[in-house]
Amino acid sequence: MSSLLEVRGVSKRFGGLLAVSDVSFSLDEGQILGLIGPNGAGKTTLFNVVNGVYKADGGTISFLGKDITGSSPDKVVHLGLARTHQIVKPLNDLTLLDNVTVGACFGREYLDLKAARKVALEVLQLVGLGDRAEMIARSLTIAGKKRLEVARALAAKPKLLLLDEVLAGLNPTEVALMIDLVRKIRDGGVSVFMIEHLMQAIMSLSDRIVVLNLGRKLAEGRPDEVVHNPDVVEAYLGFPDIVDKLTRTD
Amino acid sequence: MIDGLLVGAVYGLAAMGLSLIWGVMDVINLTHGSMIALGMFAMYLLFAALTINAYVLLLPIIVAGLLLGIVVYWMAVHWVVGRSMLMSLLSTFAVNMMVIGIGTAIWSTSPYNVNFTLPGITIGAYTFTGNHIAAAISSVVIALALQLFLYQTRTGKAIRAVADNREAAELMGISSTLVLTIAFGIGIALAMTSGALVSTLFPFTILSGATYQLKSFVVTILAGLGKPFGALIAGVLLGLLEGVVTPFIAVSWIPLIEFGLFVVVLVAFPQGIFGKRATA
Amino acid sequence: MILRRPFFYIILVIAALFVYFPLHGNNVSLREDLILVAIAIILASNLNLMIGYTGYVNFGHIVFYGLGGYVGLYLATVRGWNLVLSALVAGLVVSLCALLFGLAILRLRGAYFALATIGILQAVQAFVSNFDPWGRSTGMYLSFESYQPLGGAMRALWITYYLIIAVMALSMILSLAIKNSKFGLGLFAIREDEDAAVVLGVNATVYKAIIYSVSAFLPAVAGALMFYKNGMIDPSIAFEFMMSLEGIVMLMLGGQGAVMGAALGGGLYEKLRSYLLTSPTLSNFHLVIAGGLLLLVVLFAPGGLIGWFYRLVPRARKVIE
Repeated sequence: MSSLLEVRGVSKRFGGLLAVSDVSFSLDEGQILGLIGPNGAGKTTLFNVVNGVYKADGGTISFLGKDITGSSPDKVVHLGLARTHQIVKPLNDLTLLDNVTVGACFGREYLDLKAARKVALEVLQLVGLGDRAEMIARSLTIAGKKRLEVARALAAKPKLLLLDEVLAGLNPTEVALMIDLVRKIRDGGVSVFMIEHLMQAIMSLSDRIVVLNLGRKLAEGRPDEVVHNPDVVEAYLGFPDIVDKLTRTD
Repeated sequence: MIDGLLVGAVYGLAAMGLSLIWGVMDVINLTHGSMIALGMFAMYLLFAALTINAYVLLLPIIVAGLLLGIVVYWMAVHWVVGRSMLMSLLSTFAVNMMVIGIGTAIWSTSPYNVNFTLPGITIGAYTFTGNHIAAAISSVVIALALQLFLYQTRTGKAIRAVADNREAAELMGISSTLVLTIAFGIGIALAMTSGALVSTLFPFTILSGATYQLKSFVVTILAGLGKPFGALIAGVLLGLLEGVVTPFIAVSWIPLIEFGLFVVVLVAFPQGIFGKRATA
Repeated sequence: MILRRPFFYIILVIAALFVYFPLHGNNVSLREDLILVAIAIILASNLNLMIGYTGYVNFGHIVFYGLGGYVGLYLATVRGWNLVLSALVAGLVVSLCALLFGLAILRLRGAYFALATIGILQAVQAFVSNFDPWGRSTGMYLSFESYQPLGGAMRALWITYYLIIAVMALSMILSLAIKNSKFGLGLFAIREDEDAAVVLGVNATVYKAIIYSVSAFLPAVAGALMFYKNGMIDPSIAFEFMMSLEGIVMLMLGGQGAVMGAALGGGLYEKLRSYLLTSPTLSNFHLVIAGGLLLLVVLFAPGGLIGWFYRLVPRARKVIE
């Protein structure tokens, strides 16, 4: 398995605050890599640096063997790295179809309008929004908007999808559906790097997990390893026995 | 040149009105210029009617400004707060057009004057025009009053809270509508007062407000939002710059230079020299 | 392609009507009326590309029209060039200028951009007022001989009219084409959420520069034609800030974002304005009424007339674009 994404010694500073400090890890093809950590740990900042929204102050990022440190987000998407946002950003006055078509038009394959529309419809079907393609994005529920966000990113035909708290704000049924969707995405050949707070979900989905705390990488490993790591427990979970309860995947 | 400095204080005062509204409700008040012009005419009318010390007349003008601001707020601004910037630009602009239209109908575009002069002071080789000094002092006094108001009174603090985070302020029991209304009223009052002061310094027409609106923008961008003293200082700097430059360059180039400065500052320092980040 | 869109044919019909009615019966006063309407539609349609499609408010749009007028008149009169060539070159030169202006100001967002466009307008006006070869504040006059190549003044007026109608049709067709293209979709994405658009792969910097430049071309050509027809130009009439604002009012009135909206707004407003300006009582209130209208539209019908129409007849969206 080749390394899809390689992050080496990445740091990001905002004035006096070191939001991300010397973080390194790699993600292999076909993997679901989870990113967890307490609030303010720097997870979304790390995403922003990886996909080019912020410029790293130190370190390198390479994707598919190419150095993407400092590349702008639109270039990164063309290479095959797409992302969703924690606070969804629907293109409000456009239809769902148009929203997703944007993703298909400007993504890795840079399709023309007609082909992009076809891809968009397929992706909308995949996420379960196919029947509402002509709806205006503004009128969706939060769960719908989250799905739209995922659909848009998928339409870009990425090799790697960055999901930022895609489960936040969803009720248990919606969560289960979204977890299913993430699995489908990975099975379809797209690797996933996801930030999540919902422990059960991330434990069951991830192949490996990276833990951030106060901008630094605290731990990395398989879910069961990470969760028993005393540093992680101390920083994040509080009490050791909660861990066992949470990791029961039934 | 010293006169430039003194006039600059008035620019600062004008800018404070714009900056306050912008900082508190993220609305760029395009009625600003017409309100300044109204202030000029208000002073003209009051002075023609009462012929007392023009500076005393500032008080009723401030009150008039507050009331007018409340009217304009409820007419055009309340409904667009929070909507896209385009909407608030357009709605305030629409009111501007109406005010200028009515003003032109009443007063046409002829120049007017307020003939009230205070004796000047001569120190050595320099003569400071009395009116300029009074205008500068008035501006500084008002700026001080505003600063005290914003930082020492409950209402002032409520205004700053809403400026910082409207939702959070509401959650703490502050009626943001009331606060926004008051803030807008103050903004307009400041604009009108600055116009009233300008009327004692130069001849004016209904269209003169536009030049001062431009200067207000430049000063606001230089100073950053919501800082009365920052605006005052930036205003003085602008006045100084003008005073230094005017002997050498034709007057028609001045707005161009100011706009050039405006664009350069925007591109180079989006947060202003002193301050708070302006979100547009 | 756009040939499949029904609205394309509607545009052609509208243009044909504009040509037919004054021509039939040699109705000069109708022609003069309609030419102003056509200019309004040209300005509003191209402004729509920036405001309605991309979400960037251009308060200084008229600068392209005025500058085009200057370049065109200069080439036609001082250099003696053919009218069509002058107009086209004017369009190209002004588009290039727009590209340069854009480099400076397109990085600004929202209101800052809007204010900077006013700066551009005033800067250009100040520059032209001091520019010798273009007559400084007196401006330039067209000598009668310049109309000779077109067969005399009378014929020249008709020819410029047809050319302007052509530009009007082109403006609307351009809007239609962009709206239904991938480029247009990118612009809409920028309008809705520029940061999200970039993350989705839209090169916002390039797209904005292109559309700003494109939105300058046809107004510049129209300016060259119009000022040639009028026979004179000076800084105060070339760069009237009021005209820029009226462009925005037209767009809001008709409905920004829709091709028909720009056309409707342009046409209606121009009629309203000429009625106001000729009425003895109301001419003073031209500004007040325009402002009042704008306020009403913004508060109650931000989608303009077209928006209201679309809500009434949702199916119309597909046909009347």
